[in-house]
Amino acid sequence: MARSPLAALAQLISEQETTILNDWLELLAAAGSLESGRIREAELRTQCGTFLKLFRVALTDGDTDTNSAVYSGVRDNLSELSRSRATHGFSPRETASFIFSLKEPLFSAVNRSGKFGAAEVAQFIRQLTLALDDLGLYTMEVYQKSREQVIIRQQREISELSTPVVKLWDGILALPLIGTLDSERTQVVMENLLQTIVDQAAEIAIIDITGVPTVDTLTAQHLLKTVAAARLMGADCIVSGIRPQIAQTMVHLGVELNVISKATLADAFAVALKRMSKAVVTVKTVTAQSS
Amino acid sequence: MDRIPILKLGDALLVTIQVDMHDRLATALEDDLTNKIVKHNAHGVLIDISALEIVDSFIGRMLDNIAAVSRVLDAETVVVGMRPAVAITLVELGLSLAGVKTALNVERGMALIQRHHVLEQGADDDIAS
Repeated sequence: MARSPLAALAQLISEQETTILNDWLELLAAAGSLESGRIREAELRTQCGTFLKLFRVALTDGDTDTNSAVYSGVRDNLSELSRSRATHGFSPRETASFIFSLKEPLFSAVNRSGKFGAAEVAQFIRQLTLALDDLGLYTMEVYQKSREQVIIRQQREISELSTPVVKLWDGILALPLIGTLDSERTQVVMENLLQTIVDQAAEIAIIDITGVPTVDTLTAQHLLKTVAAARLMGADCIVSGIRPQIAQTMVHLGVELNVISKATLADAFAVALKRMSKAVVTVKTVTAQSS
Repeated sequence: MDRIPILKLGDALLVTIQVDMHDRLATALEDDLTNKIVKHNAHGVLIDISALEIVDSFIGRMLDNIAAVSRVLDAETVVVGMRPAVAITLVELGLSLAGVKTALNVERGMALIQRHHVLEQGADDDIAS
């Protein structure tokens, strides 16, 4: 053996590429990678083929440090694959088994060739295990990161969607709150509301909490903060849409909202109109009489 | 030392804070305002803070103090034009300025003072009659 042992391994892989690839695919299929229907066999075969080729090239350079520049191609390929799997809803197990199930075919390939002594085989297996474990960890890291990014994006979208400030009348705003109020959302809600108060020169803001599932002491505190801030800007707040169970819970908890509260948004709106000396009246329909 | 001008506007006093408040300026304003309320027999004090971008607990307390002093001298204090960021900061500092009336702009603040004054006078008339 003229070259480094790893180069010999790379050569072995290139000789037995088809067999390894088939074994690998068989293992993946046995592990249930194709059952979910998220990926087709041909696609999986291409992915496996590309990875094996890149891995072989990296081995040819005689290195098992997967952080070295030689492996950059392998790592790029893996992160691409892992990211696409994360967004397509593959389970962590499916993603990790992609790399880990390559071990078995490689080991059997080494055994099958019969060209190497026991000491060499042991060394190959050790180095292959180290490299593939590292790559497996890397894959999971990228997978996790991609999932986190999805979650962060969704959170941002939810917070943007769920805090609209609507104008009900000249000078009357409504803030229909939906979902749990945590401190971060309260901040967004507060900023939105205060800015709209300035923009619309509003006098009254109705905070409707019909869509808030639970109100505990913390939520109440957040609500009160919003009310206090609106008051500092010169706008009055009315809280509406407190559901019966929530009203009971609040009383049991000893939470006191020292603001005007009404059962429904309609009641609150009526109060707001009255404050602004406006009223809703029934229009008498005058039937047009032809002359 | 620079001072913040206090303008007399009918029955009320108008204070427009255009510069960043530092503590000495705030104390001076408190003194001046107290004297002017007595001198002009003012019924209302309008403090326009629409240009104020930074507040701290000291300024918050000053506003509360001015309101308390004015109330003793029978003048209503209205803080107008507070910026959203300032409002959030004050609330986070735990200063909700309970004793201070607020309005969105000077115009509305003026209307508030006048309404209050009319109500008070009405009450006085009732007592007199």
